[in-house]
Amino acid sequence: MEFAELIKTPRVDGVVLHRPFMPTVEGTLCLTGHHLILSSRQDSAEELWLLHANIDSIEKRFVGSLGRIVVKCKDLRIIQLDIPGMEECLNIASSVEALSTLDSVSLMYPFFYRPMFEVIEDGWNSFLPQDAFKDLESITDEWRLSEVNKDFSVCSSYPPLVAVPKHIDDDTLKKVATFRHGGRFPVLSYYHKKNGMVMMRAGQPLTGTNGRRCKEDEKLINATLRAGKRGYIIDTRTINVAQQAKARGGGFESEGNYPQWRRIHKAIERSNILQESLIKLVEACNDQSHSMDRWLSKLEASNWQTHIKEILTTACLAAQCIDRSGASVLVHGTEGTDSTLQVTSLAQIILDPTCRTIKGFQGLVEREWLQAGHPFQQRCAQSAYSNSKPRQEAPVFLHFLDCVWQTLRQFPCSFEFNEAFLVLLFEHAYASQFGTFLGNSAAERLSLAEKTVSLWSWVNRPQELERLTNPLYEANSLVIWPSVAPQSLLLWEGVFLRWNRSSRCLDEAYDEMVHIIEYNKELQNKVNSLRRQLHEDQVEFCF
Amino acid sequence: MEHIRLPKVENVRLLDKVSPGRSRVGILYLTATHSIFVESDTGLRSETWVLHSLVCSVEKQTTTSSGCPLLVRCKNFQVLLFSIPREPDCHDVYLSLQRLSHPDAKTTVLYCFSYKPNIVEEERRQDWAFMDLKANYSRMGLPNSLWKLSSINQHYKVSSSYPADLFVPESATPPVVVGSSKFRSRGRFPALSYYSKENHAAICRSSQPLSGFSARCMEDEQMLEAILRSNPRSDFMYVVDTRPKLNAIANRAAGKGYEIEDNYSNIKFQFMGIENIHVMRNSQQKVLELCELRSPSMSDFLEGLESSGWLKHIKAILDAGIFISKAIAEEGVSVLVHCSDGWDRTAQVCSVACVLLDQFYRTLKGLMVLIEKDWVSFGHKFSHRCDHLAGDPKEVSPIIDQFLECVWQLMEQFPCAFEFNERFLITIHSHIYSCQFGNFIGNSQRERRELRVGERTHSLWRYLWTNCADFINPLYRPDHSQTQGLLRPSTAPYCFKFWKGLYNRFDRGMHPRQSVEDYLRAIQEETQQLEEQLASHKQVQLLLVIILQIVSHEDKKLFSGSVRGFLIFINRRSASWRRNRVGVFPGRLPPLKRALMCGLWVATLLGSTLLRTTSEVSSAAAARAHPKLQTTARSSSLRTPNKQPTPSAPMAATRSPASQT
Repeated sequence: MEFAELIKTPRVDGVVLHRPFMPTVEGTLCLTGHHLILSSRQDSAEELWLLHANIDSIEKRFVGSLGRIVVKCKDLRIIQLDIPGMEECLNIASSVEALSTLDSVSLMYPFFYRPMFEVIEDGWNSFLPQDAFKDLESITDEWRLSEVNKDFSVCSSYPPLVAVPKHIDDDTLKKVATFRHGGRFPVLSYYHKKNGMVMMRAGQPLTGTNGRRCKEDEKLINATLRAGKRGYIIDTRTINVAQQAKARGGGFESEGNYPQWRRIHKAIERSNILQESLIKLVEACNDQSHSMDRWLSKLEASNWQTHIKEILTTACLAAQCIDRSGASVLVHGTEGTDSTLQVTSLAQIILDPTCRTIKGFQGLVEREWLQAGHPFQQRCAQSAYSNSKPRQEAPVFLHFLDCVWQTLRQFPCSFEFNEAFLVLLFEHAYASQFGTFLGNSAAERLSLAEKTVSLWSWVNRPQELERLTNPLYEANSLVIWPSVAPQSLLLWEGVFLRWNRSSRCLDEAYDEMVHIIEYNKELQNKVNSLRRQLHEDQVEFCF
Repeated sequence: MEHIRLPKVENVRLLDKVSPGRSRVGILYLTATHSIFVESDTGLRSETWVLHSLVCSVEKQTTTSSGCPLLVRCKNFQVLLFSIPREPDCHDVYLSLQRLSHPDAKTTVLYCFSYKPNIVEEERRQDWAFMDLKANYSRMGLPNSLWKLSSINQHYKVSSSYPADLFVPESATPPVVVGSSKFRSRGRFPALSYYSKENHAAICRSSQPLSGFSARCMEDEQMLEAILRSNPRSDFMYVVDTRPKLNAIANRAAGKGYEIEDNYSNIKFQFMGIENIHVMRNSQQKVLELCELRSPSMSDFLEGLESSGWLKHIKAILDAGIFISKAIAEEGVSVLVHCSDGWDRTAQVCSVACVLLDQFYRTLKGLMVLIEKDWVSFGHKFSHRCDHLAGDPKEVSPIIDQFLECVWQLMEQFPCAFEFNERFLITIHSHIYSCQFGNFIGNSQRERRELRVGERTHSLWRYLWTNCADFINPLYRPDHSQTQGLLRPSTAPYCFKFWKGLYNRFDRGMHPRQSVEDYLRAIQEETQQLEEQLASHKQVQLLLVIILQIVSHEDKKLFSGSVRGFLIFINRRSASWRRNRVGVFPGRLPPLKRALMCGLWVATLLGSTLLRTTSEVSSAAAARAHPKLQTTARSSSLRTPNKQPTPSAPMAATRSPASQT
């Protein structure tokens, strides 16, 4: 077994663990193929089980013969292990370093994990595209499910089944695919039942410097327009960035070739800039010694909140085009796998009440992120602490979750799930025992259903759902427009300050809120049952 | 009235800052007390009332083709931009508003002297008696063997800005107090602000000593000695100068300054570094400019917030409060707090410390008492600081705003520890500036006595108390662990938030569209009614069991054997009993029958409850079955105790988009 070679010292006694807001624990440290375990071997004391995959970086220091390892996790937690003995410490550090940076997907924990719970509903089958399409079919016959990509030959990052306008045949799709970045031809992302308007997404058109055009592409997207109506193309890049893309063969839809479409450019940054932003933000949050001025200026310099505002604004714009202007929308950036998905998925949160339920949100993540080919494996390989040079890492999905959290804050009664659910998705996107976020596309995920357990299988059980349900939820069928004023957008404390400040008082407030609502329900039941009983008494005394 | 040059202007436009398309056209009226904008083109007849005394500044902007813009900024941070068609009209409104909003030094023209709500005189007088500071001191266990009530300032002779009733150490003789007062700015000698029953530690407050470079005063030293001795378990005390050290040193050159440690026995001296009123005024000004920016970027906002320094000042005040509260609660050491005159920073810091120390001050009543104690009675110069009258602009400063914000920041960290909600703080803030009530008129207790405020105006405290249902925090529970004892907040910079509830109060699009608090409050009201129903159901049930066991077979026929029939039967019976005035049951009846009759009487009372509640529960259940109806069900089908649904209805789901696209 390959793991055994990497584990030089499998066990060390007398290790002291320091964690934020928890008492220190002294116990035995064990390394397994996938976990770092610290146990005090007492029944009452909590154990630490840390997935190697969750470790972003480690630092080692020596104080005399005492070794100290600082473990920085992808969920932004920092823990410290005091290990007696220099050699043990070095061994542990190098083993952890090796185990946490394994490249091979097949060695990942999800392939070894066996569920200890009863699977009520297999998450791998919960959100199949054909099921989602059935729902659409019952409302409109303007769309069809195409199998053109069934062997992933037309677009490697698309799923086998995609929804396209009914009158566009597969041959046309193949031609359009050659004109769009990564073969990502325009596909249906969302159908607005209220007025039949649609949102599509794609990769950038490959117009290049000489203004190449593709009649089929024009035909495809024009097929989604009602007679005499104009649509909107939302390019998530600034006009300058889009212009520059031409030199590399990319580009944007010109007015001349797409006269029925109005193009709007927004300014969502590219992924490498977002990663830098995350690193700066986390650094600012972790330095407790800052003065107020320094904190505010570092927060500003991280630009994290600026990105949040830009993404939410763009999503609001897309939603407004559809709901207010009654126009169809095509969204793309460069590849169509990052900012595009942020915009299309957030617009659906705004427009579609189903996406604000627990199941609906899972479906949204499945449709607009996993099936749509967001490269999770690449984007979430490293988090804010990694020392190695970032390659394709970017907190694109975290940005999306943050925007959902902002909306949840503004509409606290309109979401069926609570903040804990969003935090859970953040954690599992970066490190998980489940296979859901493995791989970069549907193609890479083909075999996972047999070999791993789906996160949704675990989440969709009563005991988990209860923890993730928002007690304030009351179905709200309306469109919800979040405010994007700087005053309305807050730092997501539940993620960024989670390990820096005690959340005891806030947790107590949450519990109190749950208690108030539960007590009300309980009383309601009591009153109703008493009323029934009185009614029965009445019958009993009749003679 | 003579200031109103133009009582009515037509075709005025009220411009919307965020979306100019949503401007409204209407008529602007100027009355003696308010400007009223009545929207004319909607059927709704929406009105905007602005109290003249809340107007902070009026600014005439350059005339455009569409009219002459008039910008009205209010002290409650409302900003209104009118556009008046004719320039001369605009000028008249401008001049009128300027005079009306900043009356000349004649205090008696203020709104509180003409505000006449429908309250009888007897009640009005009682309303003032509602606030009883003596009761607060006896709550602390005073007077006792260590602290006594001193009448030395009864006629405001020793210090004109101090209250008449003050607590001083038992051992402080009148000559010591008078001597000490002569050695302190404005005669503000060390007096008690807070006393801890548990460990005898006390917070005292004063102004700076007139020590200059070398002056000393025996009585002042004795005074501090007396304070120290009033805390028998402690062998030293803290003297906290809330100013930055440099400011304090500069004061020495003017013959003022701070305590020289060598001259006083067993004091530990500490500077706090809170800036003066001018710095605070400019800082808030920058915050307000920030709020007026049209669609600022995130960077604009964060940079503006940083350069305003506002949160830094809030943190400094909170840090000072924490230092004092820890000295009292954890070390059991008494503290003397002062700044320069001891009516701004000192008031802030003492009251913040009180909020941290004592859960009483975290209740509705407690916060009112605290403001009355440390601000109103100890002579915070409300009239000057809040610009009630046309006066020196350099005297204006948002000192009390900062205190209220400190409380708000604490509420954000301890959501279950405060009985009141954010609305309570904002309402207090509004009325400190509105001059509608007499509480904050003038600069000291003496001035208010002279103005006969208690006889001629109404009291805010009683008004707030009467409306307390609006101000209750649904998460507050007096027995919650978070509610008990000393609060230990974090003052890491990221724990401080921008208080948009106050500063962007009127930008409705910026706030959460659904209020958790209102939702929980509605639930709690419903719960309370359910509890009542449950109790009466149970009583009826029990009674029925007893009665049906006693009643003979024949009697059952009378009410045809059903509960409802039984209730109708006793209802009829009781009517005849009442007619015959059978208040006390005749003793002739056999005991069993008497017991039955008693039962019937109680059942008569409950019977009506039962008949009512059964129908109510079914209507509530019906409402639950239709979630859309729920909002209305909560406020109407269940009896909402004398409370109008607030305009910002709790569940009013979606309004307009505020997305600036």
